[in-house]
Amino acid sequence: MSDMLLTGKVTGVNGNMVSVAFDDRVTQNEVAFVLTDGNDRLKGEVIRVRGREADIQVFESTTGIKVGNKVEFSGQLLSVELGPGLLTQVYDGLQNPLPELAKEAGYFLKRGLYIYPLDREKTWDYSPAAKVGDCLKAGDTIGSVPEGIFTHRVMLPFAWAGEWEITWTAEAGAYNIDTVVAKAKNGDEERNITMVQTWPVKIPISCYDEKLMPREPLVTQVRIIDTFFPVAKGGTFCTPGPFGAGKTVLQHALSQRSEVDIVIVAACGERAGEVVEILREFPHLEDPRTGRHLIDRTIIICNTSSMPVAAREASIYTSVTLAEYYRQMGLSVLLLADSTSRWAQALREMSGRLEEIPGEEAFPAYLESLVASFYERAGLVRLRDGGQGSITICGSVSPAGGNFEEPVTQATLKVVGSFLALSRDRANARRYPAIHPLDSWSKYHSIVPKDKINEARAMLRTGNEVNQMMKVVGEEGTPTSDFVQYLKSEFIDAVYLQQNTFDKVDSGCGAERQQHVFDKLLDIIRHKFTFPDKDAARSFFQRLRQDFIDWNYCPWESDTFKAGEEKIDSLIKNGK
Amino acid sequence: MRKIYHRIIQISGNVITVEADNVANGELAEVKSGRGTSLAQVIRLDKGRVFLQVFAGSRGISTDSEVRFLGHAMRVAAADALLGRIFSGNGQPRDKGPALQENLIDIGGPSVNPANRIIPRNMIRTGLPMIDIFNTLVESQKLPIFSVAGEPYNELLARIAMQAEVDLIILGGMGLKYDDYLYFKETLDEHGALSRTVMFIHTASDPIVECLLVPDMALAAAEHFATNEGKRVLVLLTDMTNFCDALKEIAITMEQIPSNRGYPGDLYSQLAARYEKAVDFETAGSITILAVTTMPGDDVTHPVPDNTGYITEGQFYLVNGRIEPFGSLSRLKQQVNSETRADHRALMDNMIRLYAEYKESVEKQSMGFRMSNWDDKLLKYGAMFEQRMMDLSVNIPLEEALDLGWKTLAQCFEPAETGIKSDLVKQFWPKSDNADKKD
Ligand SMILES: Nc1ncnc2c1ncn2[C@@H]1O[C@H](COP(=O)(O)OP(=O)(O)O)[C@@H](O)[C@H]1O
Ligand SMILES: [Mg+2]
Repeated sequence: MSDMLLTGKVTGVNGNMVSVAFDDRVTQNEVAFVLTDGNDRLKGEVIRVRGREADIQVFESTTGIKVGNKVEFSGQLLSVELGPGLLTQVYDGLQNPLPELAKEAGYFLKRGLYIYPLDREKTWDYSPAAKVGDCLKAGDTIGSVPEGIFTHRVMLPFAWAGEWEITWTAEAGAYNIDTVVAKAKNGDEERNITMVQTWPVKIPISCYDEKLMPREPLVTQVRIIDTFFPVAKGGTFCTPGPFGAGKTVLQHALSQRSEVDIVIVAACGERAGEVVEILREFPHLEDPRTGRHLIDRTIIICNTSSMPVAAREASIYTSVTLAEYYRQMGLSVLLLADSTSRWAQALREMSGRLEEIPGEEAFPAYLESLVASFYERAGLVRLRDGGQGSITICGSVSPAGGNFEEPVTQATLKVVGSFLALSRDRANARRYPAIHPLDSWSKYHSIVPKDKINEARAMLRTGNEVNQMMKVVGEEGTPTSDFVQYLKSEFIDAVYLQQNTFDKVDSGCGAERQQHVFDKLLDIIRHKFTFPDKDAARSFFQRLRQDFIDWNYCPWESDTFKAGEEKIDSLIKNGK
Repeated sequence: MRKIYHRIIQISGNVITVEADNVANGELAEVKSGRGTSLAQVIRLDKGRVFLQVFAGSRGISTDSEVRFLGHAMRVAAADALLGRIFSGNGQPRDKGPALQENLIDIGGPSVNPANRIIPRNMIRTGLPMIDIFNTLVESQKLPIFSVAGEPYNELLARIAMQAEVDLIILGGMGLKYDDYLYFKETLDEHGALSRTVMFIHTASDPIVECLLVPDMALAAAEHFATNEGKRVLVLLTDMTNFCDALKEIAITMEQIPSNRGYPGDLYSQLAARYEKAVDFETAGSITILAVTTMPGDDVTHPVPDNTGYITEGQFYLVNGRIEPFGSLSRLKQQVNSETRADHRALMDNMIRLYAEYKESVEKQSMGFRMSNWDDKLLKYGAMFEQRMMDLSVNIPLEEALDLGWKTLAQCFEPAETGIKSDLVKQFWPKSDNADKKD
């Protein structure tokens, strides 16, 4: 809030990049506003300074901007507001609440219209925690409010350097977020603390003791993930695949079923319609873990493909900053970004306008380091109070032509801990989720012991080899024993790797159930069947498959589940 | 009256540069040359220099040609007077009617606020089993037909349009062959649909970049009818590959670094800005977009179909006069196919899975391997499937098509071989006596 506003004048417009001759000084990455003849005030971010000219990436359509238009520099880096009330919100990439925008502007978005991210009126039941005289550092707890089922911590602002002594605290009571709830001093300086603080999105929040190795599995209830290609709380994973392979459906499944506290959905540069499904359904879908609604643990950042491209770039950072905020409260957060390729493309568009020397496929040469530093913001941390918080990041990747040998996929593979390769062939054959069982990998620990998984994996590999061989020598040239191996691998695929995402029961396969069912699968893999011929073998496995799929549709530990299991057991016993 | 500029300092490709001031980004201008007057649009400002893309092309423009800025961006008349009219790629009447001046609105307006969208909920019936059962079309969907040149894609487009229950049709033609233009006109006329149609037609003989405005004009008109009049609008865009090629041309002229085979890095965003105009509202109408994307060299990984596929809600993949089950997709089908009939989803999934297995058997057969019992069953099934489900001449309602699906399965397989849940088999599997009888 400097009294003298720094300004400049537009000298050029190239797509969403506006060049400005500035009068006094500018700061890299500060927010600036372009004032049009039509009285629009368009937000942008300084991304380059050369001589007396700054280049601004404008977060809005630049139609109508003229050379000579006035520009105001804010002196603030691009930031988000952090405080109670973030959960259940639907924001654009710059943290404007979309439902509020709709109330103001109607059917369409209106450029230059910005609205406070948090409700200023709403009151929260505040309980103080810090006492007068306490010496605190950035990120330490001042007090808390209940936000849904969570205890939302009000923390000493992350940006405050040094130690601060609490000089005053508010009593417990209902306050809005702008109410001063504590005062603190550092030397001669005394400051007010409210329930809301701001933080620049491109800088990681690092008010914790140390980063820990992610070990605990994050149960997603997707069998092929939890058993074969697991994810850890605080880990990173990516889901590259061509269009239509099931990236978004998979992310939606993860957003509903994953056993974490908070889910942040970053709809980055893809279809608006897909977010609408979440937006409209989550308020009604029950969160099986808490009995409340899924929306109560969710934040949606929605900067879809036809929304401004520069704001798309920002949306990734906005999302991860919100994730870091809740991690600071000792919660486990899952960030789902669909798709990081659109973010990379936004970077590419801007890099092109800046006429930087391009790397492969015209992506900027620094793409890799940006991708790496995004995923680095994931992690399991030990907070200063001894508790732990985590951010798990899942990025979908949309490679051009479905070819993984492209810069974004490659840059991502270098940094993630688990790679779920979505395959066009599997999607075409409706083998969903189309995660490739041989191409994918994970560095994390499974919910099933390693040696057991290796057995199943070996069978998948053998089955694949037999299948390849059969393409050369035909079924008649294949020994029945090999053929049975092939049938077993197909069986694993059909009843375990494949899962019906749209079925209420089958879509959510908890850890215990997976362990139980996997053992049954192993029984079958190990069982030495003898069949008179291949047709007999095939028809036996078709029957077994049918029973097993029916079993998958029975609720865990229900009577039908037990009956289904008995049916399978007797079929195995009588099978030859 | 605004100032007229006479000093063109650069002509390169279809972009000209003039020195002028007080010009807005995106503004329109008229460029007068020996060949006549063309519209041009400001695409870049750099100090005093203004870059304009000239829609009729730069041929014949001289350094002293006249440039007059119009003070506004491209607009269309948002009015009922559009109905029944035909315009060319530059927005001028192509029929004998008057130019429209009432209620002009800017084209290429902002995106719909996602918070105002609703989940699509109405199936659009086409009578084609390959669509109705397997890739159900849904009101407000954006969906292209991927096709190689020579396939009957415009016929398919017209057929769906005529069958669909919508209030209005808006046809945007880009590089449309004159014959195809006449074909659309005649088909619409035959069905008495001309009076509820608006056409923006850029033909193959018009200057290439002139097609750039077509999608935005068509969609701006569609938005008007959908939001202000609550109409269900169907927008047909053919062929979007021509639109992309025009974008490519301008990008190359502007010396942008291409990302892939000469196409600009923002191709995805450009296409998305158009396709995302497809929408359904709670309290207003809807916009459905059916497009054609011809695939150069029958290559789906070509940047145009590739970027399109990432944006649209599926695609119909037209090969050898049939909609291919593989590669074709309707991403919205699950919004509606749980309410059509209990067996719809299971039948859809399993019939395709079996067809995939049939393809493998065909491959084995072509390599000369002995066919097992199972292969024989699949071969029988595949042939029936192609004839009953894939042929474009089939025209039956969804329910009949589903029954035909069960009948086909029963004629070829035992229930357990199909992988369908037992309770559905119990309910829908045809009684053996009438299933096996004929065919
Ligand atoms: N797990 C699944 N089960 C059933 N159908 C699926 C599944 N995953 C994907 N699909 C089908 O494929 C379509 C495309 O999936 P989507 O996730 O949107 O692909 P992507 O995001 O990779 O382009 C979906 O609309 C759906 O019809
Ligand atoms: Mg997707």
